[in-house]
Amino acid sequence: MTLRLTRRGFLLGLAASAAPGRTRIAFARTAGERRLVVVILRGALDGLYAVQPYGDPALAGLRAPLVLPEPGQEGGLLDLGGFFGLHPALPTLHALYAAGEALLLHAVAGPYRSRSHFEAQDFLESGAGERLTSGWLNRALAGLPNPAEVRAGIVIGGGLPLLLRGQTPVSAYAPPGLEPPAPELLYRIAELHATDPLLGRVVGEGMRARGFAAQTLGAPSTEERQRRAFPRLAAAAGRLLAAADGPRVAAMELGGWDTHAAQPQRLAPALHALDDGIAALREELGPAWARTAVLVITEFGRTARVNGNTGTDHGTGGVAFLLGGAVAGGRVVADWPGLAEGRLLEGRDLMPTLDLRRVAKGLLRDHLRLPEAAVSLAFPGSAAAPALAGLVRA
Amino acid sequence: MSHAAHIAAIRFGLGPRLGEALPEDPREWLEAQLDQEAPLPPAPSTADGLRAHAADIEERQRNGGILPGRGQVASLMRAETLAWAERRLTTVQPFRERLVDFWVNHFTVSRRASIVGALAGAYEREAIRPHVTGRFADMLVAVARHPAMLLYLDNAGSVGPGSRIGQRTRRGLNENLAREILELHTLSPAGGYSQADVQEFARILTGWSVARAQEPFGYLFRPNAHEPGPKRLLGREFGAGEEAGEAALRFLAAHPATARHLATRLVRHFVADQPPPEAVRAVENTLRETGGDLGAAARTLIRLPQAWEPPLTKFRSPADYVLAACRATGLPTERAAMVLTGLAGLGQPLWTAPQPNGWPDTAAEWATPEAMMRRFDWAYTLAGRLGRTDPREVAAAALGPLARAETVTAVSRAGSLRDAITLLLGCPEFMYR
Repeated sequence: MTLRLTRRGFLLGLAASAAPGRTRIAFARTAGERRLVVVILRGALDGLYAVQPYGDPALAGLRAPLVLPEPGQEGGLLDLGGFFGLHPALPTLHALYAAGEALLLHAVAGPYRSRSHFEAQDFLESGAGERLTSGWLNRALAGLPNPAEVRAGIVIGGGLPLLLRGQTPVSAYAPPGLEPPAPELLYRIAELHATDPLLGRVVGEGMRARGFAAQTLGAPSTEERQRRAFPRLAAAAGRLLAAADGPRVAAMELGGWDTHAAQPQRLAPALHALDDGIAALREELGPAWARTAVLVITEFGRTARVNGNTGTDHGTGGVAFLLGGAVAGGRVVADWPGLAEGRLLEGRDLMPTLDLRRVAKGLLRDHLRLPEAAVSLAFPGSAAAPALAGLVRA
Repeated sequence: MSHAAHIAAIRFGLGPRLGEALPEDPREWLEAQLDQEAPLPPAPSTADGLRAHAADIEERQRNGGILPGRGQVASLMRAETLAWAERRLTTVQPFRERLVDFWVNHFTVSRRASIVGALAGAYEREAIRPHVTGRFADMLVAVARHPAMLLYLDNAGSVGPGSRIGQRTRRGLNENLAREILELHTLSPAGGYSQADVQEFARILTGWSVARAQEPFGYLFRPNAHEPGPKRLLGREFGAGEEAGEAALRFLAAHPATARHLATRLVRHFVADQPPPEAVRAVENTLRETGGDLGAAARTLIRLPQAWEPPLTKFRSPADYVLAACRATGLPTERAAMVLTGLAGLGQPLWTAPQPNGWPDTAAEWATPEAMMRRFDWAYTLAGRLGRTDPREVAAAALGPLARAETVTAVSRAGSLRDAITLLLGCPEFMYR
């Protein structure tokens, strides 16, 4: 699939090419007022860090350098009901939780067990244990009205993720100009230049000029521009989705989660960006927030144990967030497997106890109100992972 | 895979294209590109460009000074710039295209003189391409006679003070083209010409002009603007008349200082910012021995041992960088516009050099802190807009054995395909050619 630049009214930016001759399953106009936003966190968010099970006695033994003070203490976690605590860089999510508009799902994973980012992201977006040529969210669009004037689906940001690739044409919004990489990625690029006789110095200066303290591993980022990039995109998504005749399903991506080293310093800006983004999305959606669900997912969790560089490596079970006025929130949904030695998957990862497809299917069925056939089309061969009920308000 | 194949494609070419095999015999591959130019698609001529420009002016006058719509020149230029990018994305003669671009930059014309936008594509096809492996003197004459150059460097309006027009009006000599030919295109200041030589040469070139708003919509010699009488350039006498201009140009082309200047610029482009003297001598000797045969000079460049020594040390200009990245990721020609926005975004918009000396050819000019950060931003933006692209394949194509182990590791450990491609396009190895 190719992207083509077009400008049409407020829908600046990209429009994915149409695929003529598609057989759409005929359904009623179910799209209505309900909005679904899917945010992919590329690089694998450490779920045990973002949503810390401080009530689990094994936690500190596995990853003391990554454990934050308990709720109520200075710099401590934001409490989620006595067992889990949210990272303090996620105050918006916590406020949504308090308002009953955030559901935190823990010990979740897709139906695959790959620890390769590339593979796992493909599987996550395919919605299967293998790589398909289209994404589950695109297939779900087949069950919605999709007029050519305003497509039901829209991708926000420069790319067209596999999640929204497929037969159903989608529109796209990309901000004008260049999109800066996440600080994490910039640090990696800068590290590659460190030994270059000419460019080492030049790139170091460039990093400093942009507000990065130093070209060293784990240096904290004060880079405001980067912190604002995702919230700006999220605000644009909110404006587009808020329109009465706008799109109803949007996909976004956010990088910077692959924290093999210096995790506390490196994850804070990414978490802030996510949190600010959700706030911006909510604000711009206005009254439409009440009929919105935002699903935040990542390709896998990370190792339960801290590694030798205050980081974590590729793991399995992690978290997903479900946010929005339509969400039956204020809860943590987790069939908690525990972190004791014998409870870890292969002795290293959080054991997944909830298939992410069940969450996505639950949203398609109960939030977008897709009929069973359309849900099955989105997630083929997933009979063993039935839609999870009760995610959204009736 | 040998280093030589990648060096041939990167240093001499425009960077390997994803999915295309590298040459078995790199030197032979390069030499073969010098034989004959792959055919060009039909394209507008200089006359077409001048007509479009004249039509826009007329249309503007008809509408009270405002051009309704984009105008013919803008459409023509859009098509020309896209064709420029498309050709370089998929050419099978990347070395030849690099030589074209080298000579176009040597003989810079710039859209900063607005009419050049309508003519730059035709200029490249008419004045540069036919001579890229031919004689330098022929290229020089074709350039100096081309409306794009005559208008860009103001010779079109230069009037001999003793000419009929000069006597009748207050118009006079314009030294711009004459000076730049001496300073930039041929001798260089090392050739030791004087201000008097510049003026004499300008007199020789009076009358070389352009019919820009009527037939023949092209080069036109205006005898009434030509300075009568003999002129003296670098100690040699030239008579009056149109043909004296060509004789003077051929004289300058054959000057020993010209061979030295061209050799220095070629070696700087293909070998190092500080051109090794023995490499310059080799190219210089070729130019002198062959009477300025640019194909022979290109063959000498290929045979320079200094050009084949890894690691690569020529810092890629923004245009080099953008083309290499788009080729390495297999960007299809339908999306050639991304090349053009890349050039503009990274500070080297097509045909827009700020001065007649063209775009710089050294790292000191291009490798600045903000420029590097913008490359990373651009690479990330490009990586986000690609279809599914395997970063390992891109790495193998783009760098092959020139990739350092730490780069390969970083790419394979990246958090996403997009990050992986950004790392590859952002790594130091990819910054050089």
